[in-house]
Amino acid sequence: MRLCVGDKEKEGDLVRVGIPRTLSFFTYYPLWKPFFEALGAEVVVSPISNKALLDEGVRETVNDACVPIKLFHGHVAALKDRVDILFIPRLVSIDGKVTLCPKFLGLPDMVRCSISGLPEIIESRLDLKKGRFELYRFMFRVGQRITDNKLRIIGAIWRARYSFYCYRKLLLHGFTPLEAFPLLEKGIIPPPKVNNGEIKLAVLGYPYALYDDYVSVNLLKKLEGQGVSVVTPEMVPEQMMKKASKKLPKNLFWYYSNRVVWASIHYLQDKSIDGIIHVTAFGCGPDAMTNKLVELEAKQQGKVPCMSITIDEHTGDAGVDTRVEAFVDLLKRKKGIL
Amino acid sequence: MKISFPYMGTSHIAISYLLSGLGHEVIYPPAPTKKTLSLGVQYAPEFACLPFKILLGTYLEAVEAGADSLVTSGGFGPCRAGYYGELHKRILHDLGYPVEMLVLEPPLRAPVDFYRRVSRLVRPQTSWSNFYRIFRIGWEKLRTLDNLEARLHELRPLTLSQKYLTAAYEQGLEGVRAAQTVDTVKVAGAEAIVEMGNVPLDMTRKPLRIGIIGEIYVVLEPFANHDIEKILGEMGCYIHRSIFLTNWTRDNTLIDGEKDVRASAVPYLNQLVGGHGQNSIGETVRYAENGYDGVIQLAPFTCIPEIVAKSIMPTISRDKGIPVLTLFLDEQTGRAGIETRLEAFLDLLRQKRMQQEAS
Ligand code: SF4
Ligand code: SF4
Repeated sequence: MRLCVGDKEKEGDLVRVGIPRTLSFFTYYPLWKPFFEALGAEVVVSPISNKALLDEGVRETVNDACVPIKLFHGHVAALKDRVDILFIPRLVSIDGKVTLCPKFLGLPDMVRCSISGLPEIIESRLDLKKGRFELYRFMFRVGQRITDNKLRIIGAIWRARYSFYCYRKLLLHGFTPLEAFPLLEKGIIPPPKVNNGEIKLAVLGYPYALYDDYVSVNLLKKLEGQGVSVVTPEMVPEQMMKKASKKLPKNLFWYYSNRVVWASIHYLQDKSIDGIIHVTAFGCGPDAMTNKLVELEAKQQGKVPCMSITIDEHTGDAGVDTRVEAFVDLLKRKKGIL
Repeated sequence: MKISFPYMGTSHIAISYLLSGLGHEVIYPPAPTKKTLSLGVQYAPEFACLPFKILLGTYLEAVEAGADSLVTSGGFGPCRAGYYGELHKRILHDLGYPVEMLVLEPPLRAPVDFYRRVSRLVRPQTSWSNFYRIFRIGWEKLRTLDNLEARLHELRPLTLSQKYLTAAYEQGLEGVRAAQTVDTVKVAGAEAIVEMGNVPLDMTRKPLRIGIIGEIYVVLEPFANHDIEKILGEMGCYIHRSIFLTNWTRDNTLIDGEKDVRASAVPYLNQLVGGHGQNSIGETVRYAENGYDGVIQLAPFTCIPEIVAKSIMPTISRDKGIPVLTLFLDEQTGRAGIETRLEAFLDLLRQKRMQQEAS
């Protein structure tokens, strides 16, 4: 299995590991990057999402897939000729309770069947339902694809863990992943961000929709520009998520969707927000349910205004802009600011 | 309790028997129509899958007709179907219908809960022993209905008179509906099979053999798939349906069966993806290995597992040399569109067969 990679090692070159900049990227990049680097590999990340990437993805995938999956294929296509090995793990469960959306479950197979000329793929299965230490066992398995030196793998896991810990802390301090990545590089953890916007909005959605500026058509930055302070699911502490999950008679079955619903319950309960924006992807299966639940929760808990934005292949910047502006104005007027 | 339940294929005959046998007043769910669907579309989320919309419409109609309780099945993912009941309930409540939803979760995953729900259904009116008796008869009915349907699929491409065949089949359904013991159900079934066989057949025909795979609801409910089995049968194809309610209930609620089908899927998709995603892959491989001419995959628009399956299909198609047609169905799908696509597909299959015979 390790042929090409092993040969590389002998030649003294660095093995190049490709990581697509979407889907689980925003959750796990700070874990994988130091991990592979400590193993002596070079990490190559695909370019920031753009139109060409998406178009490429649209060509490669079945036309019924959701936008994020299409985009993922675009990222893989952009990476495939630049790396020795692609890292597309099969994420089955990352909280030990529920799985991810079934498309994550079949992701390596979809990619393999849709794109030709791929390099070697690491598609190890990560299923935390198997036990608490599964994450480390998983990393160990992955590490063995890069090097035979077991001590080195253990060291790498240790380093990755620390970086990941810092990353989670940054998120809880109110930084978005895009703000957190450079801070991590510099190794600083500033104190929690103070929210001083005129109004506060919960912007809910999957990390790969919210923090990818191309996908979300710069939503977060625009809101900031309008004097809105934004909170997202990634900023909710774990205990609070747990508490919120108890409020639902039955939880959903998908990790990211659950977090969106729980975050909405959490923010609705602490009553600090003025409104909710739910960002959903066109053709997303779980979102049909997630969106309805968020809407019903908001309605039940005191009629908090709710808006959803659906992102598709041709979401015009202008269309979203005007709707968001109108929504923000409405909330400001309600608060007596305008 | 005035109780109603979801409509799927011919299963309503058995389910209504079961519920009324337990002493409930059954509000018979109306067979889904265009109106049902548009009701569902109106109140369901836009990207909910087609079955969700049709069921919501059915529930609304049943509630309007006076039902105060609805029984349905639950589940724990990874697909959306397991959450249907819960979300349907919230939507109905939000619309101001205080119905009670009895969502039967799989017994092995939530035994206590299952017991509680079932006793809600059984206890007030009757005893457990009576329940057992009724359940056995209901089960036999389901099985017989499935047998009749399978036989119908075999005969349709051969018969000289679709009209008589359909009449014989429908008479069989009535017989099964009327029967009141396990034995009479069996007799009614056997009689219907004989009766259907009496319709004149042309045994010289060599119909195209097509496997039908996909998501359970759209495969089983003719309204959702525009009666595709009938269309194909009348176009002269033998169809083999991969899903029947009785083998589904047996395998998915009690134990994880279907090991072989899944084993066939492993080289292409080594992971359960919910719904019938992995089965669809495995069944396609099986159909190819058993010399079928083609496979038709039926799936609701935005159906997650079937989208995963579809993106893998071209590879199987190439490896195994079996053409696959995927039909994604939603509220805008029209019958005419389906017919055209089927005709084109059948042409392709016929050509392929002619080439094979020539060589
Ligand atoms: S959760 Fe939605 S957007 Fe994400 S992969 Fe699944 S279907 Fe696509
Ligand atoms: S299998 Fe498809 S149709 Fe069924 S619940 Fe899942 S997504 Fe919906």
